[in-house]
Amino acid sequence: MKLTLAWLKEHLETSASIDDLAQALTRIGLEVEDVHDPALAFKDFVVARVVTAAPHPNADRLKVCMVDTGRETIQVVCGAANARAGLIGVFAPAGSFVPGTAVQLKKTAIRGVESNGMLLSERELGLSEAHEGIVELAGAPTLGAPAAQALGRADPVIEIAITPNRGDCLGVRGIARDLAAAGLGRLKPLASKPVPGAYPSPIGVELEFPEAARAACPYFVGRHVRGLKNGESPDWLKKCLDAIGLRPISALVDITNFITCDLARPLHVFDSGQISGSIRARLARAGETLAALNGKTYALDGEMTVIADDRAALGLGGVIGGESSGATAATTEVFVESAWFDPARTAATGRKLGILSDARYRFERGVDPALVKDGIEIATRLILDLCGGEPSEIVVAGAAPAWRRTIVFRPERVRTLAGLDLAPAEIERILAALGFQVAREGHTLAVMPPSWRPDIAGEACLVEEVARIHGYDKIPAVPLPRASYLPRPALNEEQRRRGVARRALAGRGLVEAVTFSFLPAAQAALFGGGQDSLRLVNPISADLDSMRPSLLPNLIAAWARNAARGVADAALFEVGPQYAGAAPEDQSHTAAGIRAGAVAERSWAAPPRPVDAFDAKADALGLLALLEIPAERLQTFPAAPAWYHPGRSGVLGFGPKATLAAFGEIDPRVLKALDVKGPVVGFEVFLDAIPGPKEGRGSARSLLKLSPFQPLSRDFAFVADAGVAAESLVRAALAADKKLIVEAFVFDVFSGTGLPAGKKSVAIGVVLQPTERTLTDAEIAEVEGRIVAAVGRATGATLRA
Amino acid sequence: MPTPAADLEKLKADLAAEIATAGDADAIEKIRVAALGRKGTVTELMKTLGALSPDERRGRGAALNALKDEVAAAIEARAAAIGGAALDRKLASESVDVTLPARPERAGCIHPVSQTIDEVVAILGDIGFTLAEGPDIEDDWYNFTALNIPPDHPARQEHDTFYLPGERSSPGGPARVVLRTHTSPVQIRAMMRAKPPFRIIVPGRTYRCDSDMTHSPMFHQVEGLVIDEATHMGHLKSCLIEFCRAYFGIENLPVRFRASYFPFTEPSAEVDIGCTRADGTLRIGSGDGRARVARDAHDDWLEILGCGMVNPKVLANCGIDPARYQGFAFGMGIERIAMLKYGIPDLRTFYESDLRWLRHYGFAALAQPSLTGGLAP
Repeated sequence: MKLTLAWLKEHLETSASIDDLAQALTRIGLEVEDVHDPALAFKDFVVARVVTAAPHPNADRLKVCMVDTGRETIQVVCGAANARAGLIGVFAPAGSFVPGTAVQLKKTAIRGVESNGMLLSERELGLSEAHEGIVELAGAPTLGAPAAQALGRADPVIEIAITPNRGDCLGVRGIARDLAAAGLGRLKPLASKPVPGAYPSPIGVELEFPEAARAACPYFVGRHVRGLKNGESPDWLKKCLDAIGLRPISALVDITNFITCDLARPLHVFDSGQISGSIRARLARAGETLAALNGKTYALDGEMTVIADDRAALGLGGVIGGESSGATAATTEVFVESAWFDPARTAATGRKLGILSDARYRFERGVDPALVKDGIEIATRLILDLCGGEPSEIVVAGAAPAWRRTIVFRPERVRTLAGLDLAPAEIERILAALGFQVAREGHTLAVMPPSWRPDIAGEACLVEEVARIHGYDKIPAVPLPRASYLPRPALNEEQRRRGVARRALAGRGLVEAVTFSFLPAAQAALFGGGQDSLRLVNPISADLDSMRPSLLPNLIAAWARNAARGVADAALFEVGPQYAGAAPEDQSHTAAGIRAGAVAERSWAAPPRPVDAFDAKADALGLLALLEIPAERLQTFPAAPAWYHPGRSGVLGFGPKATLAAFGEIDPRVLKALDVKGPVVGFEVFLDAIPGPKEGRGSARSLLKLSPFQPLSRDFAFVADAGVAAESLVRAALAADKKLIVEAFVFDVFSGTGLPAGKKSVAIGVVLQPTERTLTDAEIAEVEGRIVAAVGRATGATLRA
Repeated sequence: MPTPAADLEKLKADLAAEIATAGDADAIEKIRVAALGRKGTVTELMKTLGALSPDERRGRGAALNALKDEVAAAIEARAAAIGGAALDRKLASESVDVTLPARPERAGCIHPVSQTIDEVVAILGDIGFTLAEGPDIEDDWYNFTALNIPPDHPARQEHDTFYLPGERSSPGGPARVVLRTHTSPVQIRAMMRAKPPFRIIVPGRTYRCDSDMTHSPMFHQVEGLVIDEATHMGHLKSCLIEFCRAYFGIENLPVRFRASYFPFTEPSAEVDIGCTRADGTLRIGSGDGRARVARDAHDDWLEILGCGMVNPKVLANCGIDPARYQGFAFGMGIERIAMLKYGIPDLRTFYESDLRWLRHYGFAALAQPSLTGGLAP
């Protein structure tokens, strides 16, 4: 919403400065986005008179002028044909900046004659392209006065962001009213005296809505005006519209635009010569179209309100007028419409057709229902003033929608809700200044909001009105009382784990990325997603149209973008949501990471090693360990999801169903589909699957019993079938004596030389920890025997000869 | 007769000279064998003692034993000296170029969005807030209707909403499936799940179909909600002033509350902080980057968050009696406050995952913000 200071002052009697007004507007909720003072560009220029204009001694087309700037008379060389003694124009002294030509003026000599500045043309002032001569100011402006004033360019333009609840402030008057309430001046009375009609309107008005749609347009007031002349608007009106960025068109159109912006009261003027029969407000008919004023033709549907004559639609009620019946230069008689259109239907229509007009903008926010009739009177008066003519009596259909309601208001709510201790009289003053009718009823107030404030719904709204006008800055800050002195963690266990996961993975050398929750459907499909229920109806682009089923594809894509910039290898992770479906329970949190290229940067110390599945396994296990799931509790199963390499991936879990993580090389076919260079390994730790700490265990740990006896290590080399999982040997060995054996681990694996085909050698180390005494050789041999037997039973492996 | 010890003195002197000039371990070993070995000169002299009278033997024996000890000590000392030098030489020969780089390890880092959320949680956690969460895929009842944004409300159009296909059943009847446009629906879920009092914060992903220099289709917000029987705007002001000052680390950062409008709060406010613009750069507070205390001289205001007292209609929509309970809510953009604090110029770069950007604007793994350890390490 734009307005000028002078326009504001048509409604507000004030001596406040533009800065004070702007600050007050922002404070009370009418946020000033910009104050543009056109005078700034002209601040160095003054009104000056050419005293003498003599021919230049060395140039035919130049003149040497003596110019009275109000302070001194100085010499200026001027090339304008109209430069002559007595002319009053705009003088730019040396040192000033000429906006139209972007030149910094200097004292100079032109063809040997000193020149101390410039007399400016409209083009040089940046006002227009006119450069036939220098500006000639009319009237008798004071010499030396600021030129902006004399040029009529001294009126600052204020731009305000109006919140959707304040339709009343989409007119200058509403803004003036708020300022007056805030103590910035006095609201002037609005002149809306009825204009007597000279004849009955030849055009009638009918509301033709089915019962269910009566609210679409409950009230329509019209008036015929004849014998008028639609010419150019007067300067004051053109300047008003110009200043707020509206192009003046013709007096009739300009009047409706002016009243729209002045009173937030959109109107429409039909050329009544183009109307056949009566004006009818009704729902559009199937197949009906409208050629609108903006040059486009719209197909209408039965939910839209049209203004029609006996033949066809002439306009979309509250949205836009039609081409055929618009006022033109030839128009001599008009029918003026002032109606009330339902905000919801107006919004829906505008949205469906993609029309954002000044009228729609106001109607969908609510136009003052009590100003329908006044609107037409004010418009009539302006038409008569600017275009002449003779008005008919007004025709009325329907009645203003009911707006009167009373809110019971406990004035102490200002203190208990806003924290502001105000005297009841001040509360009443503020409400009254905003147009509320306030009556005392015992300890409460009966408050009737004004017709232009449909947004006021209850006590809280009234508290806001009082608090914002009094000033939020005057509310004393009061610390929130502490709920408890026990330290209460802000995070629950799942949230804490996500934080640990981030810091743990960053500590392992992976860089955290935050990637979009969406990705191309084809990529989603590669990772088990892409179903229709997770496809956005209105994606921002085709490659961001599906909710991600996994964090990996976006991380792989991130690696690809970095690789394209010449990065040789990368380690990235993300902790965030993934979506198995659209229901709330289908969203889960995952920590996922990838490593690509070499394990580490190139180094003198070791040859580069490409990443492999065990790097990803280490990341998954390392993270799980920091989440208090030790590796010993986990088993590895070779059944990772389809986006992993079928032979180089696995899942980690307490059992085949209770999986906590997946890891492995990304399937080369997936990488190819993503157009990414391998190898890339990845892992996914399903954070929501991790069991929480057991309840009720308390903080105490179990008692630590340390053995005084040395542990002893024994190594075994087994030969097993190539398909036997190394982990099964270790588990069998551990199970051979659960008391004595504290550790078992694989330390060597090989196949080939010296071994039959289809066999492999797996060497495991076992640590025995006696607790009561040192073991005898016989006891040790007995345990060794049990280990070999247990491994043999479980895996078919035999001790290597 | 020469004094009995004269020959021994000479032998001692000869041996001492030999030992002193021995150059390596082999030479010193030869001297030891020649002097103290089985057939060594000193050993041979010891053998002559048996032929002497007991008196002579006593004197000569003591002298010979002394000689033997002295020679042995001299040899040992010399051997040690030679060995030390050899070790020095050996160690010297083993030296490496310690200016070579260490074996490479990767350094990871934390994304500014995570770091900023951790900072916000640290500050507000201390004021007694706990985290609440809800789904990213919402329906329009939770996202709009329950928050007092009915279908035709102009505010709904300002939220460029992403839709997913179909409808689902929601407390208000069938509702369209949307990506949440703000974290506010979590307020609704929290209030429908439990009874007041509430003091929650909700950080999370939010979505709007808009993309340019200052808009991203996905971004993060943090929402706050306090509901009890007596919380008013004075508490709201204190809480947010404390937050803004703690987050930016400026003791008396100017914080301004001005009237605004949100359908889900009444009264509503926007919060601005003082800032300084000079030479095209924006600084929070007075513009002196090192000042922990803002000077009075800030020359502009910067909008930082929206807030207000929860609209009674919202409470009623959640089954909470608005005649008894009241409170405030606030919401702000995580990226926005991160950009302001850390001087990150472009919103879109947050999601590009450019490793150069992530390393430059990222945070060390263990730089966990806390009130005890500092918010901005």
